[in-house]
Amino acid sequence: MLYNKPDPLEVRILSRRFGMPDSHSIGTYLATDGYKALEKALGMTPEEIINEVKASGLRGRGGAGFPTGLKWSFVPKQSSKPKYIMVNADESEPGTCKDRLLIEYDPHQMIEGILIAGLAVGAQQGYIYIRGEYRYLIDIVDRAIDEAYARGYLGDNILGRGVKFHLSTHSGAGAYECGEESALLESFEGKRGIPRIRPPFPAVAGAYESPTVLNNVETFCSVPAIILNGGAYFAGLGTPKNGGTRLFCLSGHINKPGVYELPMGFNLMRMINEVGGGMRNGKKLKAVIPGGSSCPVLKADECDLAMDFDTLSAAKSMLGSGGVVVMDEDTCMVKAALRIMRFYAHESCGWCIPCREGTAWLRKLLTRFHEGMGQRTDIVLIGELARNMLGRTFCPLGDAAALPTISIVEKFEEEFEAHLNGEPCPYDKSSRLVAA
Amino acid sequence: MTFSPGLEARFENFLAKYPADRKRSAMIPMLIYAQDEVGSMTDELVEEVARRVGVTPLQVNEVLTYYSMLHRKPMGKYHVQICTNISCLLVGGEELWNKASHKLGIGHKEVTADGRVSLEEVECIGACSWAPAIQVNYDFYHDVTMAQLEKLIDGLAAGKRPEEISELVKVNP
Repeated sequence: MLYNKPDPLEVRILSRRFGMPDSHSIGTYLATDGYKALEKALGMTPEEIINEVKASGLRGRGGAGFPTGLKWSFVPKQSSKPKYIMVNADESEPGTCKDRLLIEYDPHQMIEGILIAGLAVGAQQGYIYIRGEYRYLIDIVDRAIDEAYARGYLGDNILGRGVKFHLSTHSGAGAYECGEESALLESFEGKRGIPRIRPPFPAVAGAYESPTVLNNVETFCSVPAIILNGGAYFAGLGTPKNGGTRLFCLSGHINKPGVYELPMGFNLMRMINEVGGGMRNGKKLKAVIPGGSSCPVLKADECDLAMDFDTLSAAKSMLGSGGVVVMDEDTCMVKAALRIMRFYAHESCGWCIPCREGTAWLRKLLTRFHEGMGQRTDIVLIGELARNMLGRTFCPLGDAAALPTISIVEKFEEEFEAHLNGEPCPYDKSSRLVAA
Repeated sequence: MTFSPGLEARFENFLAKYPADRKRSAMIPMLIYAQDEVGSMTDELVEEVARRVGVTPLQVNEVLTYYSMLHRKPMGKYHVQICTNISCLLVGGEELWNKASHKLGIGHKEVTADGRVSLEEVECIGACSWAPAIQVNYDFYHDVTMAQLEKLIDGLAAGKRPEEISELVKVNP
């Protein structure tokens, strides 16, 4: 069952099997060019594979947007330790729900991408770290892995070509922080999900201190299309340095929320008005979170831009994980900032003090503000506190908490002022502070 | 400590996945699957898992307290998890949470007196485009309306199983 209808404006590369009968089965996969990219890659050298991925302009779909081919090239060719492929299926960024679909509808596409990554760096073992809440997906992937073993696509002698690769799932147990690469590796090793200082990066010392390629689900899912059709073809789908398509997750106050595969660089206003069917109930657009809750918000008049990594970066935001959260004129931005901060305060692992204390204090300040108990000086204090977290933590969670807060305070200061003087939230008639 | 044959087979499979000197990697998967059967992170379970992966019970305790899905106390037979994070918040997730909490008279990570239903206000569960979304145990429910939520809560409290509540159907296979 598809969770939302496809849109005619979509360019369905990664999602082309979505909606096909038994799209998750190896039968459907093989009938639609499945594992042909692997067969092609088996005839290529590791350098050729990496060069093809570099030529595709593929950048990490988890959020950071690091060039995938370059990341793979950092893995040392000679290693006394085994090398690993690690799949980040810990999708937890608020606003993001795409990896769930890629796994549910087409697990073999991901497996094929993992196998090709293994060939590219000389790894013989992969693990798929799936968030604990996605239990049903673990079952789907386990079945797909069994099918791949049975057909000779996984094992000690893949397709009789003398190549070995083994793959397993691994369950998380509830922690946003474990979507961060080094915390994921700690968690994978059976520890608390606390980030590691880098360098060394995972390409040199990742899982079990061994060279490790760690990418998001969607990144691996892009690889078969790149190898089969060529890097140039994939690059041509997007904008310069931003190859391919990606799955955008539209949510919030729009008529047709859903996950849609669109070319990189697709215009955000068209995404909202055409793909997303426009604003609900004829309301006006107020703000958009362009790529998951860690990204600075865009005001309505900043949204006429191309959705690629470089354009969003130039607009002082981020393309992030593809979670486009649309907010209408009735949204209280103080409340939005508060809810996002509650999330980061809950998910901060506590390792770095600026993040642990900063998120907790910002949550308290924003709560007080939203309940009408804020003071004018708090507006400055919120921004100052958030700015002091930037760049002072081992992992990006501190920045992820600070950046949207800074942007909301800067861009919607008048909404903070409207909460002053003991007034409860002007947007939320039901919210009244209950005196203890 | 003894487990069902199904869980034992799963444990064996987990322990075989990782290099022989890295059995500790199996700890978190073992704990979360054991929770379905044991109910919570009991001292007995902690000691057993510690023994099997070759660490101390203290090391298991120090890890399990980090993860929000590993419960120190048993949750209800039906653990209702309501997302109120940003995408769900915008379309009524918070109202669903408040309604469920008021109806059952319990709060976050609390259980009804009969042990049937527990509630948790959860962070993003990956259903943002089909918000507001909830999970009951491991099943997903999308685009949940207030009327559907009330039927679900009333039904579960009255002794029904989720699949007997026709107003709300799980979306995952």
